[in-house]
Amino acid sequence: MAHPAQRRWYPIVFVVVLLVLLPLSVLLFSWHEVDQQIWAHLWQTQLLRLIGNTLTLVLGVGIGVTLLGVSLAWLTSLCEFPGRRWLDWALMLPFAIPAYVLAFVFVGLLDFAGPVQTLMRECFGSGLRLPRVRSTGGVIIVLVLVFYPYVYLLARNAFLAQGKGLMEAARVLGLSPWQAFWRVALPMARPAIGAGLALAIMETLADFGAVSVFNFDTFTTAIYKTWYSFYSLTSATQLASLLLLAVMLVLYGERRARGAVRPTNERPRGKALYPLKGLQAAAATGWCVLVFTCAFVIPMAQLLVWFWQRGRFDLDERYTALILHTLYLGAMAALITVSVALLLAFARRLAPTRLMRSGVSLANVGYALPGSMLAVAIMLAFSYLDRELVIPLSSWLGGAGKPLLLGSLSALLLAYLIRFMAVAYGPLENSLARIRPSLPEASRSLGVGGPRLFFTVYLPLLVPGVLSAALLVFVDVLKEMPATLLMRPFGWDTLSVRVFEMTSEGEWARAALPALTLVLVGLLPVVGLIRRSARRIGED
Amino acid sequence: MKARNALLAAFTLSTLATAVQAADEVVVYSARIDELIKPVFDLYTEKTGVKVKFITDKEAPLIARLKAEGANTPADLLITVDAGNLWQAEQEGVLQPVKSEVIDANIPAQYRSSTGSWTGLSLRARTIFYSTERVKPSELSTYEALADKNWEGRLCLRTSKKVYNQSLTATLIETHGAAKTEEIIKGWVNNLATDVFADDTALLQAIDAGQCDVGITNTYYYGRLHKQQPDLKVKPYWPNQQDRGVHVNLAGAGVTKHAPHAEAAQKLLEWMTTAEAQTIFAGVNQEFPANPAVEPSAEVAAWGTFKADSIATEVAGKRQAEATMLMDRAGWN
Repeated sequence: MAHPAQRRWYPIVFVVVLLVLLPLSVLLFSWHEVDQQIWAHLWQTQLLRLIGNTLTLVLGVGIGVTLLGVSLAWLTSLCEFPGRRWLDWALMLPFAIPAYVLAFVFVGLLDFAGPVQTLMRECFGSGLRLPRVRSTGGVIIVLVLVFYPYVYLLARNAFLAQGKGLMEAARVLGLSPWQAFWRVALPMARPAIGAGLALAIMETLADFGAVSVFNFDTFTTAIYKTWYSFYSLTSATQLASLLLLAVMLVLYGERRARGAVRPTNERPRGKALYPLKGLQAAAATGWCVLVFTCAFVIPMAQLLVWFWQRGRFDLDERYTALILHTLYLGAMAALITVSVALLLAFARRLAPTRLMRSGVSLANVGYALPGSMLAVAIMLAFSYLDRELVIPLSSWLGGAGKPLLLGSLSALLLAYLIRFMAVAYGPLENSLARIRPSLPEASRSLGVGGPRLFFTVYLPLLVPGVLSAALLVFVDVLKEMPATLLMRPFGWDTLSVRVFEMTSEGEWARAALPALTLVLVGLLPVVGLIRRSARRIGED
Repeated sequence: MKARNALLAAFTLSTLATAVQAADEVVVYSARIDELIKPVFDLYTEKTGVKVKFITDKEAPLIARLKAEGANTPADLLITVDAGNLWQAEQEGVLQPVKSEVIDANIPAQYRSSTGSWTGLSLRARTIFYSTERVKPSELSTYEALADKNWEGRLCLRTSKKVYNQSLTATLIETHGAAKTEEIIKGWVNNLATDVFADDTALLQAIDAGQCDVGITNTYYYGRLHKQQPDLKVKPYWPNQQDRGVHVNLAGAGVTKHAPHAEAAQKLLEWMTTAEAQTIFAGVNQEFPANPAVEPSAEVAAWGTFKADSIATEVAGKRQAEATMLMDRAGWN
C-alpha cells in the first residue's frame, strides 16, 4: 500500500502520464475499424520481410552501439593514451549529426556515382568496386555511427562514477585489467549501458529519414507507406500501435535486465588507472581516432565540400532567424523536458509503488514512435481539445471561440516533451539512483528537508545527470524533423525544416548548408557540456 | 471571478491578434517547398498588398491537419506537388469547389478537378532518360518497352514509395488493365541494374556514371542537374509518341473547405493561373506551365516539344492505392 507521503506524488505523475497517453490513445482507438484489404495486402507482400529487416537492423545496431560505446567509454575514462584528453569529448561530437544527414553524406560519398567510386574507376578501371553501399550493412554502419554516443555518454559517466577504490580493490585481489572490466566494471555499469542501448534501439525503430535514404524497408517505412500511399491513416496508426507494443517490450526487457544492480557513487579518480604503453596505446588511439574520423571528420568534410560547391549561394540573412528559432526551441524543450523528467524520477524514487512504476514507464514510451506518427497523434489530440474544450470555454467566456492549441508554440513544446521524455529520464534516473538513500536521510535528521534538501544535497550530485539529460534533449530537438514540420507556428522554420525541404527534392549538396549549420549549432552545447559534466577530478 | 476575467482577457487578446492579421492575407499549407513558392507569393504581395502566410510539409500530414482542424482551420489554400494528393484531399472533404471563369479559361480541363475543387498549376513530365554514351535514341520507344529483355541489367528506377511512380503506374493500369501492367512492372523490376534509388537526382547521376543506361525520372530533376553539370551524358527521351504520349503529373492547389478568406484565396489561385505567375511558378523549378498559352523557360523549351498523355490526371489519385499494391506484388520496393 502506498504511504500517504508517497501519494503526494501521484497527481504530478498522473498529469504527465495523461499528457503522454492522450496522443497514444489516439493510436489505440484507431483499432475501431480495420481495413481488411490493406492488412491482407501487407501480410501477403510486406510484413514478414519488414519485420525481418527491422529485427536485423535492431540487432546489428544494438551490437554495434554497445561494442563502440562501451569500448570507447572504457578507454577514455579509465585508460591513458596519447590523444585521450581530446578524444574524450570529441567522441561525443557525432551526436550532433542527425541520422538522415549522415545517411545522405554516406550514400552520396560512397555510392556508384559518388566521388570515391568515380575516382576508383578512373584509377583502376571499372573492375574494382566497393561492396554495395545501399545495403543492410550500410544502414547498420550509419546508424551505429550516429547512435553510439548514447551508450558512450552514459557508460562513460558510469565508469567515471564507479570510483577509484573499486577498481583498485579489484587489482589488489589479483584481477587483470581485462578481468576487472568483465567482472567488476561492466556489471556495475550495466544499468547505464542498458539505458543508452534502449535509447539507441528506440531511435532505430523510429528512424525514417536515414532508412529512406538507403531505401531500406523497415516497419516504420511501412507505416509511412500505408499512410502516404494507401491513404489510410487509420491502418498506419494501427501499425504504429504495434510498434509501440514492441517498444514497451524493449523497455520492459531493459528494466528486467537491469535487475538489482545498484549504481554507486564513489569519489571519482584523479589519475588514470591503466596507463597504456607501446602497441596497446597505439591501438587505443587508433581505434578512437578511427571511430571519430568515420562518424565525424569525413561527414563534416563532405558537408563542407558540398557547402562550398552549392550551399554558400543560399546563405542569406534568413539563416539568423533559422538559427535563433532552432536554439530557442531546443533550449525551451530541454528546460521543460528535464524539469518534468526530474519530477518523474523523484516520484519514482520516493514513492516506488507498483502504480508509480508503471506510470513512469508509460510516460517514457513516446520516444520510440516514428516522429510523424507521434506528431499526427498529438495533433489529433490537440485539435480534439481545441474543439471540445478550448472553443466552448472561450465562447462561454464571451471570446471569439478560436482554437488556441494547434499551431501554437506551446503545442510544439508539449510535443517535444512527449517525444523526448525518455531521453531526459534515463540519465536522470541513473544519477539519482547513485545517491544512496542514507544521504538524504542523514540530511533530514540534521533538519534539512524540502526544497533546501533538494537544492543543497540532491541537485549538486545530480548536476552531471541533469547536464547529460539537457544536452541529449537539446540536440535531439535540434535534429527533430516531423513534429517540427507539422506543428510549427507560421514563420517558425528551423534548420531541420530547411534540411527537409532540400533533401525532399534530392538536393543533398544544397542541404549541406542547413545541415552544417545544424551540426555547428548542436556542437556548441555538446562541447561545452561534455567538458564540464564529468571530467575527472584533478584535471582542468 | 478573477480567473475568469484573466481567461477572458487572454482570449480577447488572442482574438484581437487574429483580427488584425485577418485584414488582407491568405494562409497556405504547401507541399511545395519554400523556395519554389515564395517568389510567386512575394510578387503577389508586391502587386496587391495581400500578405501570404504559409507552412510547408508533406501532403499527407497537411491533409491530416486540415481534417483535424475542420472548421477551425486557419488555412485557405492547399498546394501539393502531385495530382493524386489533390484528388485525395478532395475525397477527404477538405477542399471546396470553386467556380471561376479565369481558371477555366487558363487551365485545360484535364488538369483540373471535374468538380472544380482543385486546379493544376504546373506540369511535370515523367519521362525516360538515357545515357548518350551507351544508348541510341532509336533503341527507345515506350515505357512498356523498357520491360523487354534487351534492357536486362540496364534500367534504373526510383523507389515505388514515391508518389510519382505510383501515378505513372496508375495511368498504366488505366490504359492496359491490372494484369498487363503487372507484367510490365515485373519486366522493369527484372531489368533493374541496381537497387531502386531514393531520389531522381541520384538516379540521373547513376546513368551519367555508367551504373545503368536508362531510367525514368521527372524532367526538372534533369534540368537542375544539367544546370550544374552542363557536360551531363544523359538526355531526355519522349516515349509513347505514337500512342498516348508522355506521362504528365502536376503540381496544383485548391481552396480549403473552411477557408477563412475563401474569396482572397480564390483570387490568389486565379492569379496563379495567369501568364505572369505561371512563368515564375513553373520557371523556378523548370517545369511546364499548366496554362498552355504560357511558354516554358528557354532551358525547358530546349528539350523539345512532345505529345503529353491526355488521360485525366485524377486517375493518379483514384488508382494510387491499387497501383502501389500492384508494385508491391511485382517486387518493386
